[in-house]
Amino acid sequence: MTTPTVVSAEHLGLTFSTNDGDVIALSDVNLTIEKGEFVSFIGPSGCGKTTFLRTIADLEQPTSGALHINGQTPEEARKARAYGYVFQAPALYPWRTIEKNVALPLEIMGYSAAEQAERIKRTLELVNLSGFEKKFPWQLSGGMQQRASIARALAFDADLLLMDEPFGALDEIVRDHLNSELLKLWDRTKKTICFVTHSIPEAVYLSTKIVVMSPRPGRVTDIIESNLPKERPLDIRETPEFLAIAARVRDGLRAGHSYEEVV
Amino acid sequence: MNRVLPILTILVAILAFWYAAAIWMNAPWQNILNGRANLENVPFMEFAAQTWAQDKPVLPAPHQVVSEIWNATMGLEFTSRRSLALHAWITLSATLLGFVFGTALGVVLAVAIVHNDATDRSLMPWIIASQTIPILAIAPMVVVGLGAVGLTGLVPKALISMYLSFFPVVVGMVKGLRSPETIQLDLMRTYDANPWQVFWKLRWPAALPMLFASMKVGIAISLIGAVVAELSNAAGGGLGVRLLTGSYNGQTIQIWAALFIAAGLAAVLVAIVGAAEKFVNARIGVRA
Repeated sequence: MTTPTVVSAEHLGLTFSTNDGDVIALSDVNLTIEKGEFVSFIGPSGCGKTTFLRTIADLEQPTSGALHINGQTPEEARKARAYGYVFQAPALYPWRTIEKNVALPLEIMGYSAAEQAERIKRTLELVNLSGFEKKFPWQLSGGMQQRASIARALAFDADLLLMDEPFGALDEIVRDHLNSELLKLWDRTKKTICFVTHSIPEAVYLSTKIVVMSPRPGRVTDIIESNLPKERPLDIRETPEFLAIAARVRDGLRAGHSYEEVV
Repeated sequence: MNRVLPILTILVAILAFWYAAAIWMNAPWQNILNGRANLENVPFMEFAAQTWAQDKPVLPAPHQVVSEIWNATMGLEFTSRRSLALHAWITLSATLLGFVFGTALGVVLAVAIVHNDATDRSLMPWIIASQTIPILAIAPMVVVGLGAVGLTGLVPKALISMYLSFFPVVVGMVKGLRSPETIQLDLMRTYDANPWQVFWKLRWPAALPMLFASMKVGIAISLIGAVVAELSNAAGGGLGVRLLTGSYNGQTIQIWAALFIAAGLAAVLVAIVGAAEKFVNARIGVRA
């Protein structure tokens, strides 16, 4: 039995036309993501990792190559509500309470009131925000707001979760905590997760597959399959296996950077 | 107390200045009157009291204005032609109708401008140009013109109010409806939300604070519009007419009384919009 392919990119390219000329955001990206994988995209700014995620989400359109989500075009997948997207900032609507923010996609997608209530309860439990239903976003810390935005992305039945540096603005301790929470959540929900980051420990700790990217033009320089066990306590980060993967990621990033310095 | 004390201090200072100014400005006429009556060497306090009690003073004293307001509102039947309460009501009804029209027009225009690039480029210059025309020039043409086709009374005045009050609403609402951030809009796209949902669940609530801010400006200038429109139709009544007839007849006390009623009316209207704003803000969780 083969695992179904969730994302497949073949020779994918995306060029932005700007006033200063063309910017090649993505060049010849080839990648297959299978169901249930946790894939991290890592690289310096400008390497196209966020652009790639946005292309999967049909928020940007590729200019060459082919991209399929669950065998559909990105637009079809978006219209089929195939994915939940977590942005860099929580992007909660400030005039809605936490539960109403989680309800937003459910209202748009036409879930019944009873089903909305059930899903709000379930997803807020999943991100440990029970008891904060009636709070407004500004009454919560940054980490809690980002958890609420994850709950919002989980509220409907998308099997694919796209996360664009969701913990980038948070401090290290909160980040460690949310990372281990995210792993548990991934294990429980069996979702496929694409996760953009520029932290090497975060990428290695979370992923089953790490995609190393480099800028100018944005491209994939290495794809690393992680052999770490599925059960990952935070101190796994001191084991030799972990450090070996981290070293390979660092090498990949350095290779990309030396290219930049020649230019 | 921290808020009341500074306000009271300023109020006392204004009253003192006002009474002093009344003595100074009314003195020449009082001297003439006293000369005719062969009164000489009037003690200063008595002279001051005389200047504060003239029939048609250059500057009426505050207590004269207050007593005129009292007599012309509480002291008269509401239906009396001289009742300030009646005239205030006439002005208020035109103000409110014009304000409702203006706000509605402003919102509709802003929605069209935000959702359609062509509307933005074609309408916005005209909207701005409309406000560069002096309202004193437009009002008589509209009131007299509409009167010629048989439309008199409330509606022509309300149209002038609308003409003034739609502008801050358009400008504010265009800004408000465009205030959602890119990621808030991207989020809607990931849900494949239709334009209707994007409007009601994102743009409209995001614009509400701007709506109230512009409505506060709108209702105040709505009142000005109604008063200016009334100057062109003396038969229709209203605070504007009281100002006009007062100035024809040198009834300065009547002018000041009408002015104070108009100012008080504006303050109350702005306060009501402010209260509505607070109520809505509390419901949408705006940080106090």
